[in-house]
Amino acid sequence: MASMANVLGLIFANMHEQLLPELTKTRAMASVPFGCKYRLVDFPLSSMVNSGITQVGIITKQNYYSLMTHLGMGSEWDLARKNGGLHILPPYGREGTGIYRGRLEALAGALQFINESNADYVVMTDANVVANIDLRPIVDFHEKNDADITCVYGNVVYPVERAQAQTVIEVDGNNTVYDVLARPTMSGEMNVLMNIYVMKRTFLEELIRESECRSLYSFETDILQHKLKDYKVMGYKYDRYFEIIDSMKTYYKATMDMMNRTVSKEVFALATPIYTKVHDVAPAKYGIDCSVKSSIIADGCIIDGVVENSVLFRGVKIGKGAVVKNSIVMAGTVIEEKASFIDAVADKNVTVTKNRVITGSADFPVYINKGGVV
Amino acid sequence: MNHIKKECVAMLLAGGQGSRLYALTQDMAKPAVPYGGKYRIIDFPLSNCVNSGIDTVGVLTQYQPLVLNEYIGNGQPWGLDRAHGGVHVLPPYETASGKAWYSGTANAIYQNIGFVDRYDPDYVVILSGDHIYKMDYAKMVDFHKEHNADATIAVLEVPWEEAPRFGIMTADADGTITEFAEKPKEPKSNLASMGIYVFSWQKLRKYLIENEQDETATKDFGKNIIPAMLGNNEKMVAYHFDGYWKDVGTIDSLWEANMDVLDPNVPLDLLDDSWKIYSRNPVMPPHFAGPQSRIENSMIAEGCEVNGMIDFSVLFAGVTVEEGAIVRDSIVMPNTVIKKGAVIEYAIVGENCIIGEEAHIGERPELIENKDEWGVAVIGHNVKVSDKAVAPPKAMISKDI
Repeated sequence: MASMANVLGLIFANMHEQLLPELTKTRAMASVPFGCKYRLVDFPLSSMVNSGITQVGIITKQNYYSLMTHLGMGSEWDLARKNGGLHILPPYGREGTGIYRGRLEALAGALQFINESNADYVVMTDANVVANIDLRPIVDFHEKNDADITCVYGNVVYPVERAQAQTVIEVDGNNTVYDVLARPTMSGEMNVLMNIYVMKRTFLEELIRESECRSLYSFETDILQHKLKDYKVMGYKYDRYFEIIDSMKTYYKATMDMMNRTVSKEVFALATPIYTKVHDVAPAKYGIDCSVKSSIIADGCIIDGVVENSVLFRGVKIGKGAVVKNSIVMAGTVIEEKASFIDAVADKNVTVTKNRVITGSADFPVYINKGGVV
Repeated sequence: MNHIKKECVAMLLAGGQGSRLYALTQDMAKPAVPYGGKYRIIDFPLSNCVNSGIDTVGVLTQYQPLVLNEYIGNGQPWGLDRAHGGVHVLPPYETASGKAWYSGTANAIYQNIGFVDRYDPDYVVILSGDHIYKMDYAKMVDFHKEHNADATIAVLEVPWEEAPRFGIMTADADGTITEFAEKPKEPKSNLASMGIYVFSWQKLRKYLIENEQDETATKDFGKNIIPAMLGNNEKMVAYHFDGYWKDVGTIDSLWEANMDVLDPNVPLDLLDDSWKIYSRNPVMPPHFAGPQSRIENSMIAEGCEVNGMIDFSVLFAGVTVEEGAIVRDSIVMPNTVIKKGAVIEYAIVGENCIIGEEAHIGERPELIENKDEWGVAVIGHNVKVSDKAVAPPKAMISKDI
């Protein structure tokens, strides 16, 4: 079995932001708030830590201030270490190239970091998948198959609009990937890539150098698609809960999934916890005549109204007589007295004023942007 | 190692047994007792230190230190993991001349003169781990400096009838203490010592050494050091404090202090960002109020899963309350499970307990005719209460029933 101490974790903080423009306007995909108190990066990062990985690089591109304050030195993930630990890798602007265009160029900027890690293997992930993944069997699978690239996929039933945001693969009986479709127009059952890849470090370095001199920048198009026959590319099927956040609708759905206790206990398993930044806020306070059902509530909330089937982040205030249903309410937002907030998403520090009625639908939840007053 | 001088060092007395908390302190020191949904008592003095700009704290432990030591760890939750200073746990130790437990509050500091000397402080703040309060020690140190004092004692005005329970200071108009009486039958003042002292270190150091040489002394601040300094006309002043301060040394006061966090009229705001109380946070998901839950007037911490009814109660992290269970006017400490149909009223339930189905813990006072028989029921830590078992009011349960 591979020693996870010799595995380097890389997380791409800014991938797929175009799919979630509302929530990534002021922040990186990796720091999109999720599930009461988490940021999306907490899922891949905690998965790595729980799998025994002790050195992780976070590759950033833009809007990374909130991500940096969230991660700090990495002590909440036990990654504030003398050796290895957490490193945030800001975009590495090189002469004449500007900010990177794709995964391969981003990796070129991190080449020295990758090299100096001296790891045997590299696990790369994006930050838009909600799952609590044990990476150890995946690295083992890669090692046993002596693969060049292992990609992790899930078997899902997707409508066309979701498939068009994803990379879909075909695997044969030996788990070899024989076809890669980028953003296909298809629906139904398919093998969707979770954008988790395992490679030998030396292989990855070689790939980065070669791609750079051939001006290749997309890992999916230039390597997985065009060079599929040149390499041994294997598919590892992940069959536990995961959700790829590829639209506001899936963000909303994944959040509502957390209300399902079976899913929630798998994602937030006590033995492999999801770590996040600690904010030192007092526990939530319930007032007189409030009613809260089927909801998840973070510390620091003050609830005097009705909350059903909703997710309240830290420090949310629900006024007397206010009604919140099927909604996501992010940190610091205030729903004032007698206001209604139904099938909606409020970003941070929103104020829904007294008596206001905001109603969306599960397919198209209303979104109120950060700091908005409605 | 080169030590950088600190103007002020805090010494936190955390070795006491807290015997009046009975089952709750059987296997943990009093400062480690959970409070207010996510805290332990020691979070208050530690957070006060950090918020007051004191970054060097010695925590003197003795009684059942395991939970406390683990909790303090490297001090990171309070920002006390420092290259210079930070938090240090100071247990009693063996020397060439023999072994010595801390035999009194003054003796505990005496045995750690070496620790304090390393930082060459001008002032030492002596604190205890028994109280819930928010206080800016920096203001008290300033007051000490302004008055050119040798010792400054924080005092609180208490109702006259309660004064005989405290160490009582008599002070003149400018705050100079003229008299001190430990639990006086006929108090001359109602200024109670809060057990918070600022000393000029060199002065205190001298008195600690002298006290140690006196074989008849009990080696206690209230009984020896303060009277000795007063007897020698050292400059001692009273520092008035008028915020929320609660001793949590008894079951009733611990219960009340927890209920205080639910009372909007009590001036202890745990949500106030300007004076945060830090704590070692459990790594748990947010709490879940289930489809059957009915929660009012309560504080619920992370990791809880509630499907029963909760009213006027404090649930600590990771508590499960199953369908049909009722928790009223009670405190339930971390990771306890309350099974279907169980009823908890006017009770404190310790950590990691299992309360069986339809068990009944405590009772409402209005249902008890003889009020002397009524009191808060206590289930100690790690206790299993079997289905349908009953723990009457005032019960003190430390073994499975």
